[in-house]
Amino acid sequence: MRVTVTVNGTTETHDVETRMLLVHYLREVRGLTGTNIGCDTTSCGACTVLLDGESVKSCTLLAVQADGGEITTIEGMAAPDGTLHPIQQAFHEHHGLQCGFCTPGMVMAVASLLKEHPDPTEAEVREGLEGNLCRCTGYHNIVQAVLAAAHSGELVP
Amino acid sequence: MIPASFEYRRAGSVEDALGWLAEDPDSTKLLAGGHSLLPLMKLRLATPGVLVDVGRVPGLSYVRDAGDHVAIGALTRHRDLEISEVARASVPLLAHVAGQVGDPQVRHRGTIGGSLAHGDPASDLPAAVLALDATMVADGPRGRREIAASDFFRGFLETALEPDEMLTEIRVRKAPSGWAFQKFNRRAQDWAIVGVAAVLDGEPRVALVNMGSTTVRARGTEEALAAGAEAADAAARAAEGLEPPSDLHASAEYRRHLATVLVRRALVEAAAARG
Amino acid sequence: MSAAVLEEHGAAGVVGTRMLRREDPALLSGEARFVHDLVVPGALHMAVVRSPYAHARITSVDVSAALGMPGVVAALTGADLAAEWASAMPCAWPVTADMQSPKHLPVAVDEACYTGDAVAVVLAGSQAEAQDAAAAVAVGYEELPAAVDLEDAARDDALAHVDAPSNRAYTWELVPDPDAVRRAFDEAAVTVKERYRQQRLIPAAMEPRGVCVVPQPFGGEFVVYSSTQIPHILRTMLGLTTGVPEDRIRVIAPSVGGGFGSKLDVYAEELLCLALARRLRRPVRWSEERSEAAQATIHGRGQVQEIELAADADGRVQAVRVHLLADMGAYLQLVTPGVPILGAFLYHGTYDVPAYSFTCTGVFTNKTPTDAYRGAGRPEATYAIERAMDALARKLGMDPAELRRRNYIGADRFPYSSVAGLVFDSGDYEAALDKALELVGYDALRHEQAQRRSDGATKLLGVGLSSYVEMCGLAPSRVLASLHYVAGGWETATVRMLPTGKVQVVTGATPHGQGHVTSWSMIVADKLGVLPDDVEVLHSDTGLSPLGLDTYGSRSLSVGGTAIALAADRLVDKARLLAAHRLEAAPEDLELSDGQFVVRGSPSTSIGIGTLAFEAFTAHDLPEGMEPNLEASATYDPTNFTFPFGTHVAVVEVDTETGRVDLVRYVGVDDCGNQINPLIVDGQVHGGIAQGVAQALYEEASYDERGNLLTTTLADYLVPAASELPSFTLGRTVTPSPSNPLGVKGVGEAGTIASTPAVVNAVVDALSHLGVEDLEMPVTPERVWRSIGASAPVQGGAR
Repeated sequence: MRVTVTVNGTTETHDVETRMLLVHYLREVRGLTGTNIGCDTTSCGACTVLLDGESVKSCTLLAVQADGGEITTIEGMAAPDGTLHPIQQAFHEHHGLQCGFCTPGMVMAVASLLKEHPDPTEAEVREGLEGNLCRCTGYHNIVQAVLAAAHSGELVP
Repeated sequence: MIPASFEYRRAGSVEDALGWLAEDPDSTKLLAGGHSLLPLMKLRLATPGVLVDVGRVPGLSYVRDAGDHVAIGALTRHRDLEISEVARASVPLLAHVAGQVGDPQVRHRGTIGGSLAHGDPASDLPAAVLALDATMVADGPRGRREIAASDFFRGFLETALEPDEMLTEIRVRKAPSGWAFQKFNRRAQDWAIVGVAAVLDGEPRVALVNMGSTTVRARGTEEALAAGAEAADAAARAAEGLEPPSDLHASAEYRRHLATVLVRRALVEAAAARG
Repeated sequence: MSAAVLEEHGAAGVVGTRMLRREDPALLSGEARFVHDLVVPGALHMAVVRSPYAHARITSVDVSAALGMPGVVAALTGADLAAEWASAMPCAWPVTADMQSPKHLPVAVDEACYTGDAVAVVLAGSQAEAQDAAAAVAVGYEELPAAVDLEDAARDDALAHVDAPSNRAYTWELVPDPDAVRRAFDEAAVTVKERYRQQRLIPAAMEPRGVCVVPQPFGGEFVVYSSTQIPHILRTMLGLTTGVPEDRIRVIAPSVGGGFGSKLDVYAEELLCLALARRLRRPVRWSEERSEAAQATIHGRGQVQEIELAADADGRVQAVRVHLLADMGAYLQLVTPGVPILGAFLYHGTYDVPAYSFTCTGVFTNKTPTDAYRGAGRPEATYAIERAMDALARKLGMDPAELRRRNYIGADRFPYSSVAGLVFDSGDYEAALDKALELVGYDALRHEQAQRRSDGATKLLGVGLSSYVEMCGLAPSRVLASLHYVAGGWETATVRMLPTGKVQVVTGATPHGQGHVTSWSMIVADKLGVLPDDVEVLHSDTGLSPLGLDTYGSRSLSVGGTAIALAADRLVDKARLLAAHRLEAAPEDLELSDGQFVVRGSPSTSIGIGTLAFEAFTAHDLPEGMEPNLEASATYDPTNFTFPFGTHVAVVEVDTETGRVDLVRYVGVDDCGNQINPLIVDGQVHGGIAQGVAQALYEEASYDERGNLLTTTLADYLVPAASELPSFTLGRTVTPSPSNPLGVKGVGEAGTIASTPAVVNAVVDALSHLGVEDLEMPVTPERVWRSIGASAPVQGGAR
């Protein structure tokens, strides 16, 4: 089936198998391997991307469901000159990542969270990231990074 | 994991969907947000031959004040219901419960219709609509019919919907105050081990999550409340006549106990909220 | 960023600063490449058909239907593949001479011994096609009785392998003086005897495993990409098991998404991809699914522990006696039998105990093999002693902090020769306890706890302590020899300066999230007086770094980092000779400061190390006999383990009505010796705490009575999220290790080792006045609720 999807501002049309998951489309068809696959059950959040501005788990969408949609992946977060997005920068400055495998999904989940809760409390950050698992950081520094990003004044609402 | 192959059809209208459903109702599945169905398909626990994507059918995503009740389109996503001003004002229980389903990513995709039609007793929204005495509106080849929530949930992953019908609207009477929702789980993202939706606005109704093979009401508690019992005494009857499951996360016995504690808390909270 | 940090700290250097990680930008931008991300044209995808039975005879395997499916290139049974193996799957740690080790082939031939045991493989053009075809392989099974429960298995109720004489793998003892132990128990004023169950854990690194083997067009070489912690060990083992000459195998671990020991192994899929790439002369790749990972990647823990303490009337512990049953699972993986032995020396914990007895029996079961998982043996040991100390405190009516204080090895006793035969390098255990108690506000918490109890509150407060010491820095090769481990414990490094003054560090350590590039570049930057950003670290590729012993056991800094520091010192020594030659000064009159060799007393006479690198490269004017280039190597074999320590305190709230446990506060005070980068140390401790808390409260690999694994997904195996954990308060004391020149000890496992007993002690503490003395892990709400019901009526209950 033919699908037309805008990913990080670039629109392309491809023929895909109807059973192809969005995450496989992004990784294999669009060559954007920053989005990772960590589970089979919509549990870990490693595959989180933005669909029309909201966080979704791209392992639980068919590529055909995203037809006509606008996707942002981790590769679309930094500025074209490589300057990290304020959320990425906050993760860097607060050591909010170790192995980095959950990080792309985590950053995308945070982007959506901060859009919905621009001034979150620590509890709201923790609740808001309930769908993203990390095995390295114990979340402490991730939470610090999110709070710092929220209060950096650099996020466009 | 990757789902087994299937034929994909995208419905532009309810009529499209019903037409395709009618062709082979038993091996055709409707796909809305996909957050109940796709996980099963990935593990190949569900292998439909035809998938009818109703996600783009226009006009089925709304939360509308309809006078004595609130009408909710079946394709309304959990997130939209959670933040709907109409829902928050007139059926705050439902808005609140929608905000408790899964995690934010799930709430951005999952729909109320998909969740209710899946008929999972471990899901939160079925208990909410049962406590709110909602009415399900289904369209099918024999026309439109209304099904009371108390007749809708039939068994494990089984509802009153016929295989060739589609849930299109949920009508919920207004219950602006006197409600509570209690969800007990080990991780925030998990299904409830036990959940309680209580509505004291009007005739008291208490519905339970994961306390049987289908979404159930705490009839013992409701009877006791109707007879004027105090919250604690009514709550003690919460698991009366129920056969909750024993699974990896909790035994039936523990679920029964939890139901009494959570129902008591819900009743106290709902009564306090009613003022 | 690192340059800014350097400027701020000037000549004092970067070591010890919270320099931000150099690894981050690639990982944050999605540019980092994990195995699954590699684009390899023409690669075949492998899917593995796995046994759905814990124990079964394989009566037939029919691949004909699979062969006819779209895209399928091959479908092979265990028998088809038997000729590929030069030897069976390796176990590198025969802990006793009489250890039993059932033959373990990558694909089982006659007998499947756990759910997940491979019985066939399918190769196809895409992952989806391979999965479709795997489902079409028809396998005939005859189910056999399964050894599931560890204690039943120890009694040989059912045999895990039909042809084995028993389920016993080995019995290993450490009983230096049996009479002393007997005497201590005979004369003890107080004894406690506790029994604990270490549930099986699924490591659940966020990146499932992946392998991709690419045959090179010329030379017969195979490039093996694997999400492994041990490329060097893997290369050797691949050579031994497949017969491909080791020098024809190049193993590369690209970005690796966490390991925690689970990627410290040699796996069937690695052997299979190599053997199939050899057989078909095509690239072969495999990406593990999460539900596969639960079964086909090793599990951790899995022990039944019996620990007894003998104490005098003042609570001074006179003897510790331990019996373990350790669940090996169905086969011995790389270091399976050695895991309990890594804890064998530490069951007396931080306490000065004169008599000691440890025995362990390894037992086969029809379950996924166990192996090293974060801490490997040491969390189990710490759990047992720290839970038992609390039991002793209760029996004595003594505050658990006071009991610990009375028993610590004093700060004046180091180096301390332990009863188990180790020499603890350095420590001040009481200082860590004091700091932890102060940070948590111990006395106020005890007051609040009493208040809640007397108020009849349904939310009770519990405070749990855990003091730990671990042995890290694996390991002195001679000690490994005495433990029958078949490899050494050294690490190797090369530091070289390129003509433009840039620096390359080659290391045998293999990071998978620990920030080695950052830490190594900090060490070398300070040694050479260059910027950390000018130091490139080459690692995780046997083509670049042919020798090494990889990353596990908190060894990378204390062994690998030391090798790097020594190599850098040697490079500086050579540079000094060249500088002396160029400046016409005596080498001993030169000082290296900020990258400049300066003649003492003549600050204007100097030469930069970058200039020297260029001159060493051109070699136009070198001192007589000096070889060109600035490059030096070192291999460091540690003289002793290192012994990090600390005290952690967990504060929990327990809902007596539901049994729910909320971890409300957590304080960890750790001493890992000198710190290269405290930011990274903090992160290691945070993550370790979370993993230990997960064992205490959330996680278990659950099996049913037939040996089916019930927790195959992350929906059922409860890895906690941010919503389940609090922020952590960390403190630190610094007691350098005298064993290595950096004075470092290691910190990768500390948090995990400390936190599990702290949390369980806290829950028991909350409920102790109700008569609760123990709770099995994971401490689920239901278990808590049952313990309250079983112990005493709940006060102030359902209202």
